Amino acid sequence: MKFIKQFIALATVALAVNAQAAAPAGNEAPDVLVKRISQDVIDTAKSDKAIQAGDQKKVMDLVETKILPYVDFQRMTAEAAGRNWRTATPDQQKALQDQFRTLLIFTYSGALSQIKNETVDFKPLRADPSDTEVEVRSQVNMARGEPIQLNYRVEKTASGWKIYDINVLGAWLVQTYQGTFTSEIAKGGVDGLIKALTAKNQSLASKPLKTVAK
Amino acid sequence: MSHTKNTSARSLRLAAVAIAATAVLSGCAGPNPRDPYEGFNRAMFSFNDTVDKVALKPVATAYKNVLPSFVQTGIDNFFGNLSDAWSVVNDMLQGKGTQGARDLGRVGLNTTFGLLGFIDVATPNGLRKHTEDFGQTLGYWGVGSGPYLMLPLLGPSTVRDTVALPVDIAGDIWHYKDPVYIRNIGTVVRVVDQRANLLDASNLLEEAALDRYEFVRDGYLQRRESQVHDGEPDAKPKKSPDAPDDKDNKDVKPAVTPASTAEAAPTVPATLAAKELNSGTPAANDASL
Repeated sequence: MKFIKQFIALATVALAVNAQAAAPAGNEAPDVLVKRISQDVIDTAKSDKAIQAGDQKKVMDLVETKILPYVDFQRMTAEAAGRNWRTATPDQQKALQDQFRTLLIFTYSGALSQIKNETVDFKPLRADPSDTEVEVRSQVNMARGEPIQLNYRVEKTASGWKIYDINVLGAWLVQTYQGTFTSEIAKGGVDGLIKALTAKNQSLASKPLKTVAK
Repeated sequence: MSHTKNTSARSLRLAAVAIAATAVLSGCAGPNPRDPYEGFNRAMFSFNDTVDKVALKPVATAYKNVLPSFVQTGIDNFFGNLSDAWSVVNDMLQGKGTQGARDLGRVGLNTTFGLLGFIDVATPNGLRKHTEDFGQTLGYWGVGSGPYLMLPLLGPSTVRDTVALPVDIAGDIWHYKDPVYIRNIGTVVRVVDQRANLLDASNLLEEAALDRYEFVRDGYLQRRESQVHDGEPDAKPKKSPDAPDDKDNKDVKPAVTPASTAEAAPTVPATLAAKELNSGTPAANDASL
């Protein structure tokens, strides 16, 4: 019984993915898009020995090519910086966005190299077709323990749907960084925050990817 | 005689120091309204961190590296099953009948066919793990979380969850295990096992955070809020938590105009938390302009 159910579910997903693969990116439904990206990333991460071994360059390539095109970093950074974003100069905004992006790439690279046997279930999308901002909800089923909640906020842009926030275990990424950003800016202004992020990235770049203690 | 005098004098002095410390700590209230005890919390955080670094983390790492993974899974399942039983009680206390029945079924399956919980037979049968504790029950009935509180050894919490903690401890079946030495050994194993589960996450945290203290705090507060609402962004918990469809709430969302970017205020799980947390930062919508 269970097998049949799983099989049907899998087949449906496979069909849906195939049907959408041909569609131009702009027409893809937001949940289909997220589903496709996450499946693609997980499959690659699982099958690539170099990634499993923690090859930093390989992992970062994967992030750059498969995830980044679908993320709106400007909005993410602007929201994390809060009202300070508007008072920042364009140069500061750019530097901030670049450094934040780098930090997130490092973080996600670390997470990706830890993918082993996890599977992802998507919950039904609750949105009107006319919505331009929706939340795509999923959960990652672990080998043991409670499933990990993983939600995405997705917005409709001229170039298709883009992710602008991620919720892991109930906490939104942007909101979690807001506190840090605010207090760094309070300490040393926007430049202080940029400096702190830059320093953090440099220390991460000089370290090998931390993979699971085997 | 002088001995007792000495001790009482010393304890008096200690008390005075403690009071002074409290006064100082509460005096240096942090800028974050949800974290008025930041000074104390930071001190506890670094204390916990030190304990973790020198004792817990190395032991957990060894545990993870040395024990065969099926043994680890068994241990994790066993203690997980005990906590699932407590989740059932809290499901009931929150009037979540369906979820309670599922969790009860989970405990039943795992305790019997799963050989006292060592094998998780429920998950492959669709009864996934689901945790409710008494802090969540209080939150469900409308008790606010109160300020953030970093507990020694136990880690991040809030005033509400700290108040709930004795109840959670009393509701823990292992707490009544006899003989005591088995109970103590079990408790240590349980702690080490839980830390081992968090090794990857904590490594990740070190990479992601500029200031780990703030990162943990801001993440933890959101997570608890989300747990109280069972991860439902708009859930009106008192009405129908199990209702599959709360679309009505969605419709309340103001018409989206590109300019106002109707920032997902109605869909934010911890809207309140967010507002308080970033008191100086009125919703993010003005930032995205």
